[in-house]
Amino acid sequence: MTRLATRGLGRTVNGQMLVQEVTIEVQEEEVFVVFGPSGSGKTSLLRLLNRLDEPTSGTVLLDGTDYRDIEPRMLRRRVGWVPQAPTLIDGTVAENVAWGPTLREEPVDTDRLDALLDRLGLSGFAEREADRLSGGEAQRVAIARTLFNDPDVILLDEPASSLDTEAARRVEDLLRAAMADLSLTAVLVTHDASRARRLGHRGVRLEDGRVVRGGSVAEVVA
Amino acid sequence: MLQDILAHLKEPVVLTGLAQVGAAAVLAGLVVLLSRRRGLRLETELSVAFLRGFLQIVAVGVVIGVLLTVPVWWSGLILLGMMGGATWISRQRGAGVPGVTTVSFVAIAVGAGLVIVTMTWARAIEPTVRSLVPVGSLVIANAMKINGLALNRLKDELRDKRAEIEVGLSLGGPPGAVLARHLRTSVQASLIPVIDSLKSLGWVWIPGIMAGMILGGENPIYAALYQFVIMAMIFAAGGLTSIIASLLVRRHVITRAEQLRRIPDGETEEGR
Repeated sequence: MTRLATRGLGRTVNGQMLVQEVTIEVQEEEVFVVFGPSGSGKTSLLRLLNRLDEPTSGTVLLDGTDYRDIEPRMLRRRVGWVPQAPTLIDGTVAENVAWGPTLREEPVDTDRLDALLDRLGLSGFAEREADRLSGGEAQRVAIARTLFNDPDVILLDEPASSLDTEAARRVEDLLRAAMADLSLTAVLVTHDASRARRLGHRGVRLEDGRVVRGGSVAEVVA
Repeated sequence: MLQDILAHLKEPVVLTGLAQVGAAAVLAGLVVLLSRRRGLRLETELSVAFLRGFLQIVAVGVVIGVLLTVPVWWSGLILLGMMGGATWISRQRGAGVPGVTTVSFVAIAVGAGLVIVTMTWARAIEPTVRSLVPVGSLVIANAMKINGLALNRLKDELRDKRAEIEVGLSLGGPPGAVLARHLRTSVQASLIPVIDSLKSLGWVWIPGIMAGMILGGENPIYAALYQFVIMAMIFAAGGLTSIIASLLVRRHVITRAEQLRRIPDGETEEGR
């Protein structure tokens, strides 16, 4: 079943085409890779998928519904985003993970929060100050923050690109296990062929904002 | 009107004033002389600044002399013109913030206007041109400064904390809640100078109005009370202006689809 799809999606800013005519279909519980070199429009495409930026052409379908018909806050809860840099707020790990419900003035399920921290290898971190975390720990908190919102689809923007090899592998392993356990659908943006092979199922290769190849991950990164 | 100005100029007190300016000019000339002797190379700049300051302040005196001859309803027009000027200057501080001109004008007009009207109604400001224009201008000028500081800080927050704001929005946070801490920071930063002025009032500095009233032979206690009223007006107008500006900016920086608008000259999208 198709979870997320784009139809001729594009964005042009000041005459520059950042994303051009992108049509993709992401199936339920698959990790869909958007692969390409720096500046190819991967992040620009990802930002269109949860409508952080407005498309100038085409649209996105979430479970078959045009996302312009979904209230933006609900859309973003259903399509979660993990940015390249963790971007944590001042406060504890628990406050960061619970930031979504806190902003919406909803009650915070602390048992679920603790379970999520355990799943991401952050047991006992709840009361730790966010500014004292290592890069890998901060990235895992950012992932937990998005997962705590209980999204249907998660958008991952090079989630381990700034980490050293060991920390990146740990983030990857925990992420893969969490996505499998939670039956998540994901769109992973990366320029790293090995990471794409380890995490992805299918995908597209992007160049100059345009899809130049699609298929299995092996075909896309070849 | 011209006759009124000429009449003001012919008053003996103006001649006395010119004599006093002469004495002050001698002292200023001494500084110019010392500058030349010490090789500071500031003679031209000092002389031009002294002359320019003299001409500007006399021009202001002439304008105020004219204003004293017009009916009281002119005060409203004059203050509105001042608010327009204040908007023009403020918007430069917040250049790039969406809707900065509208935001500045509404914030200054409502913030300063409400205080001027209320205090005139309470008779703290006499309903005369002589009183309304100078006191009103003081309130407007301070509202302008505070509005400029608030917008400037907010612009920095929206640029520097863009990633954080977008994470908040991407978590399904209402824009008002996501922006709250950044708006609060800008309001707090804008009010620091006026809060410090209130804290230090009287023991670090004696403000101009109080000093002027005492020099004019007014009861010092009344002069102090009136000075506090002026400070309270500045504080109230500044606080209102800053809060109104921050609330209005929120509507302009977020799109209908709850996206954060870009502030020009900051980050670009190219190459991402």
